[in-house]
Amino acid sequence: MLASRPAPAWHRGGKRVQFDEMNGTDGTCRAPYAQVARWLKTASPDLLNLKRQEAELLFRRIGITFAVYSQGGSPERLIPFDLIPRILSEDEWSRMAKGLEQRVRALNAFVHDCYHEREIIRAGHVPEAMVLLDESFVPEMQGFDVPRGVYIHIAGIDMVRVGPEEFYVLEDNCRTPSGVSYMLENREMSLRLLPDLVCRHDLLSVSQYPEELLDSLMSVAPPNCPGDPTVVILTPGSMNSAYYEHSFLADEMGVELVEGFDLIVEDAVVYMRTTQGLRRVDVIYRRIDDAFLDPLTFNPASMLGIPGLMAAYRAGNVTLANAVGAGIADNKAIYIYVPEMIRFYLGEEPILKNVPTWRCGVPEELAYVLDHLDELVVKETHGSGGYGMLVGPKSTRTEREEFAAKLRAEPQHYIAQPTLALSTCPTFVDDGIAPRHVDLRPFVLTGRDIRIVPGGLTRVALREGSLVVNSSQGGGTKDTWVIRLPNAPSGAS
Amino acid sequence: MLGRTAGSLYWMARYLERMDYVARLLEVAQRMAALTTAGAISGNEWHSALIAAGCEPGFLARHELVTPEAVMDFLVLDAANPSSIWSCIEIGRANARAVRSALTVEAWEAINGSWLERDAVLTQGPVHERLGQIIDWVKMRAILFRGAYASTMLRNDAYYFTRLGSFIERADNTARILDVKYHVLLPRHETVGGGLDYYQWTAILRAASALRAYHWVYNDRVQPWKVADLLILRPELPRSLAACYQEIVEVLESLAAAYGGRVGECHRLAGEFHARLRFGRIEAIFQTGLHEFLTETVDHTATLGQSITEFYLMD
Repeated sequence: MLASRPAPAWHRGGKRVQFDEMNGTDGTCRAPYAQVARWLKTASPDLLNLKRQEAELLFRRIGITFAVYSQGGSPERLIPFDLIPRILSEDEWSRMAKGLEQRVRALNAFVHDCYHEREIIRAGHVPEAMVLLDESFVPEMQGFDVPRGVYIHIAGIDMVRVGPEEFYVLEDNCRTPSGVSYMLENREMSLRLLPDLVCRHDLLSVSQYPEELLDSLMSVAPPNCPGDPTVVILTPGSMNSAYYEHSFLADEMGVELVEGFDLIVEDAVVYMRTTQGLRRVDVIYRRIDDAFLDPLTFNPASMLGIPGLMAAYRAGNVTLANAVGAGIADNKAIYIYVPEMIRFYLGEEPILKNVPTWRCGVPEELAYVLDHLDELVVKETHGSGGYGMLVGPKSTRTEREEFAAKLRAEPQHYIAQPTLALSTCPTFVDDGIAPRHVDLRPFVLTGRDIRIVPGGLTRVALREGSLVVNSSQGGGTKDTWVIRLPNAPSGAS
Repeated sequence: MLGRTAGSLYWMARYLERMDYVARLLEVAQRMAALTTAGAISGNEWHSALIAAGCEPGFLARHELVTPEAVMDFLVLDAANPSSIWSCIEIGRANARAVRSALTVEAWEAINGSWLERDAVLTQGPVHERLGQIIDWVKMRAILFRGAYASTMLRNDAYYFTRLGSFIERADNTARILDVKYHVLLPRHETVGGGLDYYQWTAILRAASALRAYHWVYNDRVQPWKVADLLILRPELPRSLAACYQEIVEVLESLAAAYGGRVGECHRLAGEFHARLRFGRIEAIFQTGLHEFLTETVDHTATLGQSITEFYLMD
């Protein structure tokens, strides 16, 4: 089976080819970056430095911070913002967006299927144990119909690029993906600091995201909603790493930002405690994990949750977004089956490619992984944030040996992927401008229809050669520009 | 508005007002201590500051002796003391951060700015050597915060709850600062109405930013019952109890109007006490005892605060 895999595209004749989004593989400036290249050549280093300092000052003043757990000192940190935009042409974007829509449609159908007929399991495409024994499977959701059949209202799909036409999906985030506030704030920063450069592009807007989100959430109001639905955002509180984002979105949408304590359930109806008494809540965009939602159903020790929330949910009196149990679609082991889901549920060929993945739970695949640890990336199936992973080519022999022991002990908890030659973008570093690896997280909204604002969060690994872009591991962010090229017909796809 | 949001706005304002009060209390103690002649009961003024701050039990749990340096450290820097200037800024800012989106940028930056400068101002060197600077800085930060929110916030419930916090805390603080005089004993050779007595009352007026106001209103030398009259009954003095309660009553009425006429026990409690202040006479207060009246004021204000908290689901 392994031998029959085609040679991966990022190995050309056994040699890895580095693709830079501005300079391609041969140093010729690519069309979307024409204006940026000119700007970088003409702007004085002093001016660029001044702009960088201004950006940092603004971020700190507004209080756009990100809390990193288990480190000393102030828990509030800034994620470094890199001023040079990451650019996609509208053509490139449209193809990706079609693929994203297709993928999220299939993921959503899969979650529905898991909690209903399980046809994909009966058809033999996905092993039953992979679904039923997974810790993110929520038995309480079986046979329950969610409004409009939508489980994954907000998805963040992590994309990487290795060549001009080669985009891969690295990860699907179907629970509570974060980062969209950076997409919006980074754009504000570009408009403020680089107005001249923005003007030289036909740049597609992202600022409508909060409105689209609110509209999507209102469109999935529960069946028993008495009138105009009241939407709230449920946050674990101000100590949460993404609290800034929660309050930012509440502010932008004009909805209340609530904590578990602010909500109570009476007769299976959810209310929030306001200064004018109790007020009914219809749709909860929750940024709390399933396990903490309702101490009566899940973790009884949860202080964040609302007793009785699941009963209200099942009674059709409130909608939770994303739906409880949606995590079944995004663990790293189920990822392998997504192309199969697309064929099975939609009868289409996948537009976006998966990265070839070895499941360590399968003995022969584990053997391959152990033999090739120095060239693979190994990840925990339930890990996130770049913790608990091994980047083979960057690891020491001792690290690999330690990791191999973990793999042998609990192989089913790991998957492995080839180390991709992620594309690079020009980035400000201490000694000037240099290429750094990037990824992209676009956000896909599902309500009465699927909507994707043209852009996303570009994360950049600021250390030279590093492939880890996670903000918890010293990554930074860039504004992502989707632009219409001057000679392209408008609305081209 | 969420009850919790209202609660955070209320406590944010209370702690920033308290920060100001603790600084003023330290100012009184410092002035009184400077006036005390050698051989007098030393440390007395600092002890009274502790009592007036409501911090005596907390202090004695951590220190055996009441020394000026220990009291200054405890009231300025001690993170274990929830009413220290350091803690007031910490708690006030934490409440502000929890309701960041209910605040204007200016109000938030006034608070966050205090938090960012705090360590540089409070912790550079021994407190007793820099107390004057610290007091001035705190007063300016408090004024900046009040000005920022009063001049930028929309006049809606968020503003009303913030204002309630400011004035409930201030009513409590004014009663306490006036009571400092009760706890500071005069040395044996000093007489009531004598030189030292006079300077102590003056120190209290200064700390309430009311010394000039006193001369304008009474055009007379400083006398105890007139100081009490000014700080308790005169509605034109912005720190007087009458002024604080007038503000509280008005804000509660605005809230009731905004919420379709909804009123509760807190409205009655505020109105009742305001009437006493509005129509009361200082002679009557002195007859029953100034200290007793001030103690009752502190208790009543605490009950009112609790009643507001319950009525608006702020707990």
